[in-house]
Amino acid sequence: MATADKSGMVESSGRKLWLTHLLMIIGVFFVFFPIWLAFVASTVTQADIVSPPMPVWPGGQMLENYKRALFAGVNVPVTTMLLNSLIMAIGIAAGKIIISLLSAFAIVYFRFPGRNVFFWMIFITLMLPVEVRIVPTYEVVAGFGMLNSYSGLIFPLIASATATFLFRQFYLTIPDELAEAARVDGARPMQFFFDIVLPMSRTNIAALFVILFIYGWNQYLWPLLITTDPEMNTIVMGIKQMFPSGDDTADWPVIMATSILAMIPPVIVVVSMQKLFIRGLMDSEK
Amino acid sequence: MATVELIDVRKSFSGTEVIHGIDAQIEDGEFIVIVGPSGCGKSTLLRLVAGLETISQGEVHINGSRVNDLEPMDRDIAMVFQNYALYPHMSVRQNMAYSLKIAGVSRPEINKKVEEAAELLELQDYLNRKPKQLSGGQRQRVAMGRAIVREPSVFLFDEPLSNLDAKLRVQMRLEIKELQTRLGITSLYVTHDQVEAMTMADRMIVMNEGVAEQIGTPLEVYQKPHTLFAAQFIGSPSMNAFDATVKGGEAVLESGVRIRCNCSFEGEAVIGLRPEHLIADENGPLRVNIHLAEPLGANTLLHGRLSQSRDPVIVSMAGVHSALGTEQNMRVSISPDNVHVFDKATSQRVASLKA
Ligand SMILES: Nc1ncnc2c1ncn2[C@@H]1O[C@H](COP(=O)(O)OP(=O)(O)OP(=O)(O)O)[C@@H](O)[C@H]1O
Ligand SMILES: [Mg+2]
Repeated sequence: MATADKSGMVESSGRKLWLTHLLMIIGVFFVFFPIWLAFVASTVTQADIVSPPMPVWPGGQMLENYKRALFAGVNVPVTTMLLNSLIMAIGIAAGKIIISLLSAFAIVYFRFPGRNVFFWMIFITLMLPVEVRIVPTYEVVAGFGMLNSYSGLIFPLIASATATFLFRQFYLTIPDELAEAARVDGARPMQFFFDIVLPMSRTNIAALFVILFIYGWNQYLWPLLITTDPEMNTIVMGIKQMFPSGDDTADWPVIMATSILAMIPPVIVVVSMQKLFIRGLMDSEK
Repeated sequence: MATVELIDVRKSFSGTEVIHGIDAQIEDGEFIVIVGPSGCGKSTLLRLVAGLETISQGEVHINGSRVNDLEPMDRDIAMVFQNYALYPHMSVRQNMAYSLKIAGVSRPEINKKVEEAAELLELQDYLNRKPKQLSGGQRQRVAMGRAIVREPSVFLFDEPLSNLDAKLRVQMRLEIKELQTRLGITSLYVTHDQVEAMTMADRMIVMNEGVAEQIGTPLEVYQKPHTLFAAQFIGSPSMNAFDATVKGGEAVLESGVRIRCNCSFEGEAVIGLRPEHLIADENGPLRVNIHLAEPLGANTLLHGRLSQSRDPVIVSMAGVHSALGTEQNMRVSISPDNVHVFDKATSQRVASLKA
């Protein structure tokens, strides 16, 4: 009787397992199909793409297409754009993390006049996305002569209310006694920051780095506005720039190869930091 | 090696005074226990000495020099916190070495000191572990080790044993006391546990609501409590207290019961009788109606009320008295020398004739 019950349960859960797997496979198929098409398009010739029906299996042009994309591109080689994107994404992620670590440290550990005012000012900027303040920001950046430069791409985007807020919440969970112990041990405030607070925040930093890297990598509007020189194009906006104006036909295989290439660095970052990332989000270590 | 001097130390938090002027002279190498109920300001007083709180008024001197304006690190003190406050990401070795590292001590010197301290505390096998991988008692030792390696003039402990279980607490109590005696470092130790206070202290400061009720050796406090509060706080079970009128070497309770006492005081008073000083006596003046007998093994606590006035009273008798059950009556007496008399108006002890 007991065994029958058990086998029944196993069977039903087995059926359920198949059902959930089926649903997941359908889901993955939907998400993955466009990427697959892009990949296929990047491995065939221009002629294959424009003549219907559209191919669904990879062709033999992969090496040529990717070589052309990487080293010649349409306006500028993709390697240049990848490098620009990499510098911008790392710059934004690192800058955001450094600034917010420090400002959260100031807000939590120091009593200075206007401390709450500053905190709320930072907090309020949470409600303003980049697009809202883009025009004044452009004015300022142009005024500093930072158009078409890495500093112009990075600096306006590194103030981060979200990250500051997250670090503040994390610091508040660090017991006061720890700060006092460090004070008795003779640590100056910045020593306390570097020796105690920073190492304790490392999983949070890793998690934020992943999120912010992707945020930086996917920036579109801002680079589009301030980089007019193709040499400074980032890859996400660069793809758009590859579409010709007027009647010229787009070089689809190269554009698709570029799209595939644009996806690789974020994937690498997520996969390689996955463990730290999840630990940071779950905050199991304290 | 240092003396500590508190001169009319006061502390206010946003206008509310919580420490109302404490004076104390602590000799070199003394183990001072600050004891009192929760919220009486023990931790605050300790933190004033440590420099973690600013002193509102008065002065703290360590080794003869005023330290009011010095940062904790410049006061030559080390502190052991209630929750140990170990740095979670550092190994035991790094935890103990941190203050030395900041002080710029050379690597070999640091290693030597850490290993010495580890040996003293039997932590050699754990030097490379993280605090998370240690038991409560071991963490406690690491916290001690962190204090020891600095060779401070003064040790400050804030309820360091309150997170340990009863057995370990007894063991660590002995260890701390032994270590302190061996190192001869002046120590201030905060606790609300009067057993800790009695067993560890060279002298204790009994605190209540921000004032020092009495400063003295454990036996002094036990035998000659200066105030009713100190009398009732120290000693377990707590001292019985009854309102009485004292006249001509005799205390007359409200119910008219007369108890002889060695005291020249005359007037309204509170008399204190320790449960362990009450002795069963056929002709004793006090009649006790017992509700409950608590056998503790070595002695038995009898909870009851005075038959004459219904005031609650506790009698502690040596040995097992299983026969004494509920609702029994017994008579007790007390030696006049053991009757503590406090002025009712001030709650201060009034000098006995024999003093
Ligand atoms: N930072 C602070 N701000 C305001 N009031 C405080 C502060 N720290 C302590 N107090 C008050 O001072 C009084 C004494 O507190 P303290 O922590 O010294 O008590 P304690 O004797 O150590 O008690 P416990 O045994 O519970 O630790 C309390 O009434 C408390 O509310
Ligand atoms: Mg306390």
